[in-house]
Amino acid sequence: MTAAGSTTEHAAARAAQGNVLLEVRSVAKSFGPREVLKHISLEIAAGEFLTLLGESGSGKTTLLRLIAGFEQPGSGEIWMSGERLDTLPSYRRRVNTVFQSYALFPHLTVQENVAYGLQVSGATKSEISGRVNEALQMVKMQEFAASRPATLSGGQQQRVALARALVNRPKLLLLDEPLSALDANLRKQMQGELKSLQRELGITFLFVTHDQDEAMALSDRIALLKDGGLEQVASPREIYAHPATSYAAEFIGQTNLLRAEISNGVAACGSLQWPATQPAGPALFSVRPESIHLSNDAAAPSDAVRFRATVRQQIFSGSSEHLELEAAGQSLRSRIPARGPLSGQHEFWFSPADAVPVRE
Amino acid sequence: MYSRAYKWIVSTPPILWVTIFLLLPYALMFAHSFWLVRDGVIAHEWNLQNYAKLFQNLVYLEVLFRTMRIAAGVTLLSLLLGYPLAYYMSFHAGVRKDLLYQLVIVPLWVSYLVRGYAWKTILGSEGVLNGFLQYIHLTKEPVSFFLYSPFAVVLMLTHIYTPFVFLPLYASLEHIPRNLVEASHDIGAGSRATFFRVILPLSLPGLLAGATFAFLLTLGDFLAPLLVGGPSSIMIANIVQSLFGTAYDWPLGAAISVSILLLTISLLFFTERLEKRWSVR
Repeated sequence: MTAAGSTTEHAAARAAQGNVLLEVRSVAKSFGPREVLKHISLEIAAGEFLTLLGESGSGKTTLLRLIAGFEQPGSGEIWMSGERLDTLPSYRRRVNTVFQSYALFPHLTVQENVAYGLQVSGATKSEISGRVNEALQMVKMQEFAASRPATLSGGQQQRVALARALVNRPKLLLLDEPLSALDANLRKQMQGELKSLQRELGITFLFVTHDQDEAMALSDRIALLKDGGLEQVASPREIYAHPATSYAAEFIGQTNLLRAEISNGVAACGSLQWPATQPAGPALFSVRPESIHLSNDAAAPSDAVRFRATVRQQIFSGSSEHLELEAAGQSLRSRIPARGPLSGQHEFWFSPADAVPVRE
Repeated sequence: MYSRAYKWIVSTPPILWVTIFLLLPYALMFAHSFWLVRDGVIAHEWNLQNYAKLFQNLVYLEVLFRTMRIAAGVTLLSLLLGYPLAYYMSFHAGVRKDLLYQLVIVPLWVSYLVRGYAWKTILGSEGVLNGFLQYIHLTKEPVSFFLYSPFAVVLMLTHIYTPFVFLPLYASLEHIPRNLVEASHDIGAGSRATFFRVILPLSLPGLLAGATFAFLLTLGDFLAPLLVGGPSSIMIANIVQSLFGTAYDWPLGAAISVSILLLTISLLFFTERLEKRWSVR
């Protein structure tokens, strides 16, 4: 699935895959007639921060629940560190979950919530209190040890849920949209804390979200799901620079999809033409808005695809301008450095290297 | 803002209802308990001798304790029957949930008396149970102690009040977010630990409400002893009934009623406090 790429992150992610922690082997799951997961295969490296990204109904939460053990796969296997995982009950798996709604026990204090996992596993009293303190310290919640969850704010409950999941020292931490209930500011702050916590502890994180910005900001790799199938698994930079499919290109960031016809090594989309290595026939290309430049702004390289376009709309957003262009019957989006009002016809260009071929 | 007329129209019926059917009868009962009967007529002379009688004549206390023992038995048995049923239905019945729920509710539509008489026909010496025992040659002759014993009263009232225990229990189990159960499994607790550490504590308010229903309804019951209990299982309400009826000692009957009422109110007060402490949401 992974497209070729040469960024350093990508190389690092690949190297890390030498040490596979979790392996999902052709897992499928249906609820009645509805196929929720279609033979997913995925490897997660030890210490990796992998995000399952997708719209609601894409199957990302189902995949997480299969790994946690709340659901059984219809077919396929899940392995962790050379051990079959999907046949174990969830309480035997060294996998812990941070739930979307936190799922803290309302009748227990913060301290008791965090201690729960250690108590049921029969740890000694002194070990429990030591590790609970350590976990609460990690999420900066020691002063709330005696509080009930109902008296805490959403962000505080989130931290307790995190401590409760981490106190068992799982090999893999599953996070099911853990930040979706928080307001924007707190969300940004928690993102940063999650990321640094993951680096410090070296625990593998499998994070589920529908928010592509969050996925981009946090992940070592993103697994993009659509309708129960994997669209692409790659590092954020790789997936942005080389989206495998038109869906990946549109879901992660903005893009222009150019429907071109290839013949004799040349792609033609209306009056735009550029060299292409694909076999003859119809093809789809993705060109990011920031790859379309205004000729007055930047010197075009010799192989640039130049075209004249009418500026239909201009939206100023501080450091940049978002332009709606019309060229040769095509409507295109461009993002250029802020440069004052534009109108009428102007010359634009993009580099053929920035026209990335994508599958339908 | 609501008009004066509207406020009048809305508040008058409940005030009338409470006054006529609650306050007035209670006031009369309370007053009667401090009067006495002289020469077969109720004399309006204030005194405390009715309450003194309750403690002088041990019969009343004895019957009260028996009633409470029976009520405790009914409560315990209906919890033992109702909790597993509610637990199964809430967590494991799946699509059969609604059907089972209806099946539990349906007996509530059948008259109390009909169900009482049904137990009479089952437990009697010519009854269904004895017939069956003789048919399978477990007994040679009809066993007479099934009917007309405290056991029969407990059995019948357990049957009748188990749905009352079941309903609040089921409701409280249904209110437990399922992700708490998942969270418990997730951090290493098996089914047993999850039940005792999460489900049971969170269902305590429902359990308490159900137990209160069974206990208090049994405490005031007088038909079960009449139908299936016999003389050995006379309960406190039967005494009140006879004092107001054939014995014609309304003041003493009223004194017993007031005592039971106080007992009931303090029990309700106590359980309500407990319930508030145990319900965390």
